[in-house]
Amino acid sequence: MKLLVCVSKTPDTTTKVSFTDGDTAFDTQGVQYIMNPYDEWYALVRALELKESAGGTVTIINVGTADNDAIIRKGLAIGADDAIRVDAAGGSAYFVAKQIAEQAKAGSYDMVFFGKETIDYNGSQIGAMVSEMLDMPFISYATKMDMAGNTATIARDIEGGQEIVEVDTPFVLSAAKGLAEQRIPNMRGIMQAKRKPLNVVPAVAVDEKASIVSYALPPAKSDCRYVDAENMDELVALLHGEAKVI
Amino acid sequence: MAVTENGKATSHTPTTARVDRFRGHDYYNVDDLLETEHILVRDAVRDWVKQEVSPIIEDYSERAANPRHLVKGLAEIGAFGPSLPEKYGCGGMDEISYGLIMQELERGDSGVRSAASVQGSLVMYPIYRFGSEEQRMKYLPKLAAGEFIGCFGLTEPNHGSDPSGMLSNIKDDGDAYILNGAKMWITNSPIADVMVVWAKDEEGVIRGMILEKGMKGLSAPEIHGKWSLRASCTGELVFEDVRVPKANILPGVQGLKGPLSCLSKARYGIAWGVIGAAMDCYDSALRYSMERVQFGKPIAGFQLTQKKLAEMITEITKAQLLAWRLGTLANEGKATPAQISMAKRNNVQMALEVAREARQIHGGMGITNEYPCMRHMMNLETVLTYEGTHDIHLLITGMDVTGINAFK
Ligand SMILES: Cc1cc2nc3c(=O)[nH]c(=O)nc-3n(C[C@H](O)[C@H](O)[C@H](O)COP(=O)(O)OP(=O)(O)OC[C@H]3O[C@@H](n4cnc5c(N)ncnc54)[C@H](O)[C@@H]3O)c2cc1C
Repeated sequence: MKLLVCVSKTPDTTTKVSFTDGDTAFDTQGVQYIMNPYDEWYALVRALELKESAGGTVTIINVGTADNDAIIRKGLAIGADDAIRVDAAGGSAYFVAKQIAEQAKAGSYDMVFFGKETIDYNGSQIGAMVSEMLDMPFISYATKMDMAGNTATIARDIEGGQEIVEVDTPFVLSAAKGLAEQRIPNMRGIMQAKRKPLNVVPAVAVDEKASIVSYALPPAKSDCRYVDAENMDELVALLHGEAKVI
Repeated sequence: MAVTENGKATSHTPTTARVDRFRGHDYYNVDDLLETEHILVRDAVRDWVKQEVSPIIEDYSERAANPRHLVKGLAEIGAFGPSLPEKYGCGGMDEISYGLIMQELERGDSGVRSAASVQGSLVMYPIYRFGSEEQRMKYLPKLAAGEFIGCFGLTEPNHGSDPSGMLSNIKDDGDAYILNGAKMWITNSPIADVMVVWAKDEEGVIRGMILEKGMKGLSAPEIHGKWSLRASCTGELVFEDVRVPKANILPGVQGLKGPLSCLSKARYGIAWGVIGAAMDCYDSALRYSMERVQFGKPIAGFQLTQKKLAEMITEITKAQLLAWRLGTLANEGKATPAQISMAKRNNVQMALEVAREARQIHGGMGITNEYPCMRHMMNLETVLTYEGTHDIHLLITGMDVTGINAFK
């Protein structure tokens, strides 16, 4: 089975977010990056488990510049066999989806894995776009997946319950919490990763269809106010007059 | 709160399992001097420590219990002998990676780092460096996999800083030697399967040998009552006519340079390791001082607190640069024992001072197990003393720069 896992780079969760260029760009100054946790902990690890039980190969793909090689190496250290980096400085979700679809077509994979979203832009778009471009079914927010032959049984979380989907390969899937458990790379994996192939390929030209106009931070949280438990009238007055929630 | 060890519930309820909010500190962008591989190594061990060590360490330390279940995880992640060749089940990594592993382990606890230091630098390294190929194949893969726990016996009850005066001795008895004597302060001796022991032959020459648990006449009583390195097991080794087959003698070395070259390796690891302990204390103090409000503002806003924090990060940064440069020299095979002594001495003292200052910043909370500072501080008292005391390393530097021996 040939498995493709799409991984992206996101700022560390403790990053203090700010913007530059008149609020049109994310300020990368001093930011520490990690592999998007949904890609790393769930998508990649589940793909590796499938390979370990049924054989095959796991390829990871990233669209980005050489700065991203560190997270790609981490993916290889965790256990992927090889990697593709489409050399591009980034772009819209559509741009990235086009690049991935191009490579996925060329490699004719049985499954293409995504994280359910990246923890920075939370777009959740690329998996769906790629499945459309590849003309494959897309199963999003997978929390459990079992394979029998070429058929996968996938549980996905839906509002207030679960949906169980059956799908034959090839398909595209996005991984949510529960699909697998984080694996910490070990020293041997890190050493092996140095010798695994990381193929850098040029990007294909794409007509951008959307662009970001501006970003804004959520309003700063105001101070916490303590009200004496005996003083319900004051609490009601504050909720009514200031917070305007009752 | 119930805590689990590798998924299994422990039989008792620990008093605390604090959330580990640690973030690394890199004031001088030392990361830019590192390679991708180094960062991967550091982050992997950091993640492992957060997952496996932080939730349990205060409890084990408080009970003076050895978190032996960590051995498997330490082996899996590759913390035992990471810089020895892959052929023996080891990592084949460079010295900077090794240093960073020690840093992250000691960020968790000096006792956990000690376990890895002893296993890798004091047991596996001499078997690799001075052992026969047969000895290497017999012991190294199992030590790397954590199937064997090792210990290193050099210090004796009456010979600590002066190991050349050791009394442990071997006498030729045909196909074996008969070993007599005693060792003291031996990390992991009560639980060790394999012991690298140093003793004098009939000519008074120091020889290294590999002992195995269960040999007749060999015992390893535990030393109790330590206020430091409480999550690490320490004991004696007592030899009463132990028959050591000649095949167990390390063929490749004679004299004090055998044990000293192992100590150089371990001291190198300590020079990195203690930066982890210092960073953990600084990190906790920085966060606490921003959150703790007195006289109407965070205590971080007072000049005296800022002096402490500023000096801490300055000293940590200097120690990081010292360790990085030492690591670079070690990778080139150029780090001298005296250079290693300087880094061990400087960085341990630095970490101890940072721990004490950080403890103060936490006020009364600083003496509890809600915060890591007091535990690190107590641990570091051992680190200041073992692997060559603070003063002995000063004498080594003194001798190196003057050429005059001030030991005797
Ligand atoms: C928890 C723990 C774990 C340990 N693990 C191991 C282990 O695994 N294997 C092992 O072999 N050893 C181990 N040690 C032993 C450790 O290396 C020794 O404690 C250390 O070398 C000091 O020896 P000592 O305790 O006998 O002190 P001493 O040598 O008696 O020193 C006492 C004091 O005298 C000072 N001093 C001694 N000589 C001089 C001099 N010439 N000039 C000036 N000052 C001097 C010292 O600096 C020190 O301050 C461990 C120790 C501890 C506490």
